[in-house]
Amino acid sequence: MILNPILLIQTIFLAISQIWANKMRSFLTSLGIIIGVASVTSVIAALDGLRTLVLDEFEQIGASKLFIFPQRPAGEPRNLYPHERIRLSMEEALLLQEHCPSIAQLTPQTSLGATVRTMSLQSDTITATLTGIWPSWHDIENRSVVAGRPFSQIDEENARRVCLVNEDAIKELRLDADPTGDFLLINDNRFLIVGVVETREPTLFEMGNATTEVFIPFSTAARMQPQNFGFHIIAQAISPEASDEARHEVEFVLRRSRNLGPDEANTFGVESIDQFVQQFKTLAAGITAIAGGIVAISLLVGGIGIMNIMLVSVSERTREIGLRKAIGARPSAILMQFLVEAIMLCFAGGLVGLIVAQTMVMGLARIPNAGLEAAAIPVWAIVLAFAFSAIVGIVFGMFPAIKAARLDPIDALRHE
Amino acid sequence: MLLTKPTEGHLLQLTMTIRIRQLTKIYRVGVETIHALRGVDLEIADNEFVAIMGSSGSGKSTLMNILGCLDRPTSGTYELAGKRTDKMGAAELARIRNEQIGFVFQAFELLPRQTALRNVELPLVYARGGWLGRRKRAREVLQRVGLGERMTHRPNQLSGGQKQRVAIARALINKPTILLADEPTGNLDSQTTEEIISLFKELHAQGQTIILVTHEEDVAAVCHRIIRLRDGEVASDQPRESDPVHRERLARGAAVL
Repeated sequence: MILNPILLIQTIFLAISQIWANKMRSFLTSLGIIIGVASVTSVIAALDGLRTLVLDEFEQIGASKLFIFPQRPAGEPRNLYPHERIRLSMEEALLLQEHCPSIAQLTPQTSLGATVRTMSLQSDTITATLTGIWPSWHDIENRSVVAGRPFSQIDEENARRVCLVNEDAIKELRLDADPTGDFLLINDNRFLIVGVVETREPTLFEMGNATTEVFIPFSTAARMQPQNFGFHIIAQAISPEASDEARHEVEFVLRRSRNLGPDEANTFGVESIDQFVQQFKTLAAGITAIAGGIVAISLLVGGIGIMNIMLVSVSERTREIGLRKAIGARPSAILMQFLVEAIMLCFAGGLVGLIVAQTMVMGLARIPNAGLEAAAIPVWAIVLAFAFSAIVGIVFGMFPAIKAARLDPIDALRHE
Repeated sequence: MLLTKPTEGHLLQLTMTIRIRQLTKIYRVGVETIHALRGVDLEIADNEFVAIMGSSGSGKSTLMNILGCLDRPTSGTYELAGKRTDKMGAAELARIRNEQIGFVFQAFELLPRQTALRNVELPLVYARGGWLGRRKRAREVLQRVGLGERMTHRPNQLSGGQKQRVAIARALINKPTILLADEPTGNLDSQTTEEIISLFKELHAQGQTIILVTHEEDVAAVCHRIIRLRDGEVASDQPRESDPVHRERLARGAAVL
């Protein structure tokens, strides 16, 4: 079949006028495609928005972060792996820092409850959670001070009674706007406030509201707790790509330090954010594929609707087909006429569907707290919607078009 | 000049518009075999004005379809303007129909939503290079059939005679070798029939080769040659003056249109 571009253009115009002449019918015919495309694109847009949101959260936590924590091997009894056997030790923290080239820096982190009040006599006593950290915590968590100074190595080495507070703690303890240099009574010991850290909005994974935070040097926290207290380690890989390598290094170092045999399971856990990101991406792709599959079915149904109407159209226009053939239309020209009409119907349906989807997505993005502010139809989904519409048009338009092209002109002209 | 004998010499044979030799057409309907044409020989020269007549079942529709390249014979040869068409494929036949044949149908077969002008243009849609000056040619040919005033009317705004004029204009637009009319006056009253017949006469006078298929003796009487078919064979092929039915009618004092 030689494609004559002039004939093609005429055929497209003919198809448009044919569709326009039967506006209502065309609309109802392409309704299946409209709904199909609208649902596929809005579902993809919503999923895409959700995905962006979650990945942003991960980004905020830090894609190169690793968590190292004590963990009883799955299914093992408690008495076989007592707390003393699995807990991390300071020696291990130092070993990890020294022997893991893929780890840029790390900090142990421990939490303990304590009573906190100011020096003022009228002050209420509140119960707060203290967090013991190394100075490297500032870098790893990307939280520097907004006033005063961060922790230093000297604070850590001397287990000084210094602390950092966040803005929420200032509010709750009714401290000065810049409390640097003031003292807090923590478990009735005087702690010097050396700085203020920003209150961080909780991420998606830390449910609840921003809370009062008081930080003290890790060594100070260690002294305030009994022997064998528990802590975990937050480490930062040299890059997000290196986090997998870093995990293996941590495993290697800790297994050696704990003398675990080849058959023994890890008595600790190492998780990287990157690992979660990968898992989430796989999950999101899976959901998108499932949604796409469901929507493909609706497009299929839409396509059958198009085929049905095209068959009706061919039989209605049998005499016209006969005449066109009699005056010299080749079978290929008739085939093209009906095929183009089916494709145009699908394309128009796809276009209307996209407009509907865009409206829906704009509505979704306005729902407060739905986490869909970032919902938008990705370009690939638009391309996909049109490509799919065209394919549906070709596939389901082909049978009626072939039927039209094969009509015998003599019979067609005799058709009542 | 009428050339009805196949032996008039090579040079004259070349000028024949239609040459048909031993044409047969056999249909198979279930187990039945229908011999619609049983060996027809026929020659029609340029600028002839021919009527093909016959009762139903005589094979005239089959002959008409083969002449119009809508159908292929079972055996025999059909040469149109020097080209064998009996072995052509569907696409080639479509081109022959487009370039060489102008069809006029009993029921007009106009596209109802299109204007007269658009209806007339239709064959050019499928013609090579047909988009060049299409509108101008359509206007000219509508003027020629006397519809210069109604070019933008739709078929439902036209009378039967006017519709048939549009159909004739459409048949003429590609300057066909033959104008093939199948019962062109079958749906028209006698007044309009006369008008359409005189239009055919006019076109013939301008040099157009015309073949009319009809069962109306009044219509056949204006043609210069009358071919009568019976049972798939040519029963008589005479100039009007020597056609027996025509002579009988003249004798009875029938008016010649």
